[in-house]
Amino acid sequence: MEIFVQQLINGLTLGSIYGLIAIGYTMVFGIIGMVNFAHGDVFMLSAFIALIFFLILTTWLGISSVVLALFIVLIIAMVLTSLWGWAIERVAYRPLRGSFRLAPLISAIGVSIFLSNFVQVAQGARNKPTPPMIRDVIVLFQGESGYNVAISYKQIIIMVVTAVLLTIFWYVVQKTSLGRAQRACEQDRKMAALLGINVDRTISLTFVIGASLAAVAGTMYLLYYGVVSFADGFVPGVKAFTAAVLGGIGSLPGAVLGGLIIGLIETFWSAYFSIEYKDVAAFSILAIVLIFMPSGILGRPEVEKV
Amino acid sequence: MTAAASIQQTALNAGRQPLLSVRGVKTYYGNIIALKGVDMDVHEGEIVTLIGANGAGKSTLMMTIFGNPRAREGTITYQGRDITKMPTHEIAHLSIAQSPEGRRIFPRMTVFENLQMGASINGMAHFDQDLERVCTLFPRLKERLQQRGGTLSGGEQQMLAIARALMSRPKLLLLDEPSLGLAPLIVKQIFDIIKELNEKDGMTVFLVEQNAYHALKLAHRGYVMVTGNITMSGTGKELLNDPQVRAAYLEGGH
Ligand SMILES: Nc1ncnc2c1ncn2[C@@H]1O[C@H](COP(=O)(O)OP(=O)(O)OP(=O)(O)O)[C@@H](O)[C@H]1O
Ligand SMILES: [Mg+2]
Repeated sequence: MEIFVQQLINGLTLGSIYGLIAIGYTMVFGIIGMVNFAHGDVFMLSAFIALIFFLILTTWLGISSVVLALFIVLIIAMVLTSLWGWAIERVAYRPLRGSFRLAPLISAIGVSIFLSNFVQVAQGARNKPTPPMIRDVIVLFQGESGYNVAISYKQIIIMVVTAVLLTIFWYVVQKTSLGRAQRACEQDRKMAALLGINVDRTISLTFVIGASLAAVAGTMYLLYYGVVSFADGFVPGVKAFTAAVLGGIGSLPGAVLGGLIIGLIETFWSAYFSIEYKDVAAFSILAIVLIFMPSGILGRPEVEKV
Repeated sequence: MTAAASIQQTALNAGRQPLLSVRGVKTYYGNIIALKGVDMDVHEGEIVTLIGANGAGKSTLMMTIFGNPRAREGTITYQGRDITKMPTHEIAHLSIAQSPEGRRIFPRMTVFENLQMGASINGMAHFDQDLERVCTLFPRLKERLQQRGGTLSGGEQQMLAIARALMSRPKLLLLDEPSLGLAPLIVKQIFDIIKELNEKDGMTVFLVEQNAYHALKLAHRGYVMVTGNITMSGTGKELLNDPQVRAAYLEGGH
């Protein structure tokens, strides 16, 4: 029982991070029908940006409040990563729009390789640790066997930040004219243009939103694990993509739900079965979902009355 | 409109610069030519209709005016301004609106949101007022504001497409077969609305129709298109009485 509750907390934390990344996959797929394979590496890049600025703020500028530093780092990482997301779309995907379907996909794989190599060259191949950040935990209750169920401050921060940003994001997409334009382009680009919507700019905006949420995930990832490497784009990226497919690609609530489910499966699998095979578990789910539920949990079926 | 009035209208137009002017426009789909050099004018305050058989190129002309597909040759001028190479979304900002072929309602948006999309050009400046107006024109939409566009009936979608186009308060309204799939009573209603928009609000209307009889009766002037060429033009009345037009588009009832 104690282990169950503990893993539930851990799984939801991890799942929040996956969910944030998954939104980027699902939004880009929704608007241009492309799997942005570079998105995982954008996430990795954002974790490095966060790391660098965290060090600058705490060691050079002497900010002693870790929470304040984290807050500033989060903003900086979101802004800089958005610029990367914007630039990648401009340079690698937009020129290929209208060419054959596989072209942007291949370009995305190229961007992915470029980003991880770029970071490897610039930052070195070894894991980069952060100084210890927030270590406090709250013991929720003590089990009979002496096993404590605890939630760490980190986990609280991750879940709260995720919840706040997802709320803001949801509001923007559902209630603002920007979000409406985004959804319109997703549903019928040609009609959106007839109504005066600048489709190219809206697609750019989608990449910017996706990248900034990935930056939130990257910062939270760094906070959680305290270490990041140039190769960290791949596995979390594929898991987040799995989450997007599981939730129903194109569906925003689906991406978050999928992320939470993948996070939970991973932690429970590690706790009850074998930690070595946790990634295999996540990827098996991808295969099973693709076979039995190709449109995902909240995805829409292919056919639609229009 | 009486014969005298229509002659007067034509005479009036002679001296004025047209609101929309299409000259020698050729449009291709890949290597296949769809418009073979179209000339056409729409003057301010007019209702102009374009009739023609299936596949003649009517919808292609409507979309070419919006630059999608783009004219490969020729020029399109709006209010004296060359818009041939202007991006589609910028053309929309010149207060031209279109209810396109296939209606193209955003299926996963509510009726209300679809109407908001129509008003996005003018920054929702007079949204409430305009919403009120289209709800008066189409009471069926009023009851369904929170229904998703994709679940509307075909006729309701048609109404929504027209209403959405009206939300931007266009100077020039392009309507591609607004009567398609509507019950005869509703068709009459739609034509009455077009007439009212033209007479009361001074809206200029360019109308593509299969329903040639109604369209020519309503329109000040008309054009006939055959496989990518304009083959005939004249006042609505002239075309309505033309034996060739009668044989090709009107025989067999209205
Ligand atoms: N996207 C496209 N790709 C290739 N050919 C096209 C495309 N759209 C239209 N065409 C072709 O261009 C020609 C003109 O089509 P268009 O839709 O303009 O006709 P229309 O006059 O509107 O016909 P209808 O009355 O049936 O709506 C047709 O031969 C059609 O097959
Ligand atoms: Mg047509």
